[in-house]
Amino acid sequence: MLNDVNTAKVNELRNRYPTAQALVLPVLWIVQEQEGYISEDSMKYVAALLGLPFGHILGVVTFYTMLHSKPTGKHHIEICTNVSCMLRGSGKILEHLEKKLALKPGEVSADMRWSLEEAECLGSCGTAPMIAIGDEYYENLTIAKIDALIDTIAKSTDD
Amino acid sequence: MIVQPSDIEKTTAWKNVVLPPITDLHKIDIYRANGGYEGLKKALAMKPEEVIDEVKKSGLRGRGGACFPTGLKWSFMPRTSSKPKYLCVNGDESEPGTFKDRQIFEYNPHLLIEGTLIACYAMGMTAAYIYIRGEYNKWIRILQQALDDAYAAGYAGANIAGSGFSANIYIHRGAGAYICGEESALMNSIEGQRGYPRIKPPFPAQAGLWGCPTTINNVETIANVSVIIKNGSKWYSEIGTSKHPGPMLVGVSGNVNNPGVFEMPTGEPLLDIIYKWAGGIPGNKAVKAVIPGGSSTMILRGERLEGVRMDADSLKAAGSSVGTAGMIVMDEDADLIRVLTRIAKFYYHESCGQCTPCREGTVWMFKIMKRFEQNLAVAEDVDLLMDIAGNIEGNTICALGDAAAWPVQSMIRLFRDEFEKRTRKVTASAIPLV
Ligand SMILES: Cc1cc2nc3c(=O)[nH]c(=O)nc-3n(C[C@H](O)[C@H](O)[C@H](O)COP(=O)(O)O)c2cc1C
Ligand code: FES
Repeated sequence: MLNDVNTAKVNELRNRYPTAQALVLPVLWIVQEQEGYISEDSMKYVAALLGLPFGHILGVVTFYTMLHSKPTGKHHIEICTNVSCMLRGSGKILEHLEKKLALKPGEVSADMRWSLEEAECLGSCGTAPMIAIGDEYYENLTIAKIDALIDTIAKSTDD
Repeated sequence: MIVQPSDIEKTTAWKNVVLPPITDLHKIDIYRANGGYEGLKKALAMKPEEVIDEVKKSGLRGRGGACFPTGLKWSFMPRTSSKPKYLCVNGDESEPGTFKDRQIFEYNPHLLIEGTLIACYAMGMTAAYIYIRGEYNKWIRILQQALDDAYAAGYAGANIAGSGFSANIYIHRGAGAYICGEESALMNSIEGQRGYPRIKPPFPAQAGLWGCPTTINNVETIANVSVIIKNGSKWYSEIGTSKHPGPMLVGVSGNVNNPGVFEMPTGEPLLDIIYKWAGGIPGNKAVKAVIPGGSSTMILRGERLEGVRMDADSLKAAGSSVGTAGMIVMDEDADLIRVLTRIAKFYYHESCGQCTPCREGTVWMFKIMKRFEQNLAVAEDVDLLMDIAGNIEGNTICALGDAAAWPVQSMIRLFRDEFEKRTRKVTASAIPLV
């Protein structure tokens, strides 16, 4: 299932840890980056690859918030609503996003382009309010900035 | 008393050593041109126990939350061991209100790498794992680049700087779980398991990662080690307060004009941090409350901050703790019931579920706080909250239970009126449980 580049990555990772089990998180990350999410078949593949029971892999995938066993939108938006962000207006940003994308937290748009999720503190408390889209952080947000950002992404050619 | 910004004069002239304002310091050439890796060379010329001794004498205390003396922790490691020994550097940084380790990854990654290597040398380790929260992928890439450069320059890997000492550093990416910042959960996470905390004893120095002797330190703690070895323990021990010395990265967020991470000597008055460093409160409003060190630390009343300082003893005397030095400031208009409801939701979401008091108690506390938020609570709910928090505290494998109980207990003790304002004048039995 893993492509050649990623298989080579996994082989390199084996040198870093004394056990195969320690590769569970790094390999699940590689799978998720390649496939977009971690399906049951992918979990079975990882289990076989590392010589572990499927149940172990399932247990790990369901434990960690960032590992997705279902597809997310192409642009997965996480909005921090924890205290520092709340005090600086994350509530209004969330409301606006819900309207603009016609999504509630936890939902994926029908065309699979967007998904929205409420997040715990993402370490941007000093630049609140904030959202993360994929790996990228967008900070010190205002309604106008959010509009501009979402519109730019919506228009981007790779869509 | 409402303190106005003009009441406080700028008092310190601190020059940053952990986050010095040098352009492109993340590049290895710039780092070296500014004395980088000198501490490592100095350490490699010392005996390992001398390095541990220097760290002890510096007075450095952990920056991960518990303020544990670092040199003492290092001395728990067995000198000789038939098994490998490991260092885990804790960059999980998921405590709400905390955003300081991120600055080290971004602006001074080599200081962390240098400290990691010094720690490995001092404790006889040949491998270190730097555990970084999954959301910080951008900062993982910055650190990985710095690490690649350190390897290429011969500062990491085999025969470091020609000394004969070898050590490898690996970055391990987390995947979104606050509990993995707890040291034993962190080790389980590296081992490829769910992030469940372990029962102690055995302590990590006896049996940690893969059952081998292990030390876990916070990112900022390890960065301080480089500074100590380079400048000497005496120099370091004279910075800030004597029992909890050194430079400290203090994050200020919430209702302040100029939020951010500020490097300052320990012992800075909280009022100075708010008014001098963070620029005061928007609209000159009064401070209603401060959470001094991340959401797990006990809340303080705004009008009782006079004389309270950012160090372990002072904050303890004030009824709280330093934690991660992530200060959350709330102005007079802040709705503390909403704040506590959000905090309760966090611990409910992040409880790993192993211990019944924490798993069940955090759900109950969140549900009851929801009732207060919606003005549906009854008078008895305040005592019920206290009762639940008291039954979690001290009854769990790890400190997440305490961390969930303390905000509730301290908020009720100091702001009981806020709860009473939100209760309905009916008896408990008339209200369905949410
Ligand atoms: C629930 C929980 C979460 C924690 N999260 C972190 C964290 O993100 N980073 C950290 O350095 N320490 C965290 N700690 C503290 C660690 O268990 C450990 O004490 C610390 O990493 C030791 O480093 P130090 O001695 O350098 O402070 C957490 C503790 C608990 C109970
Ligand atoms: S509270 Fe939102 S990033 Fe920390």
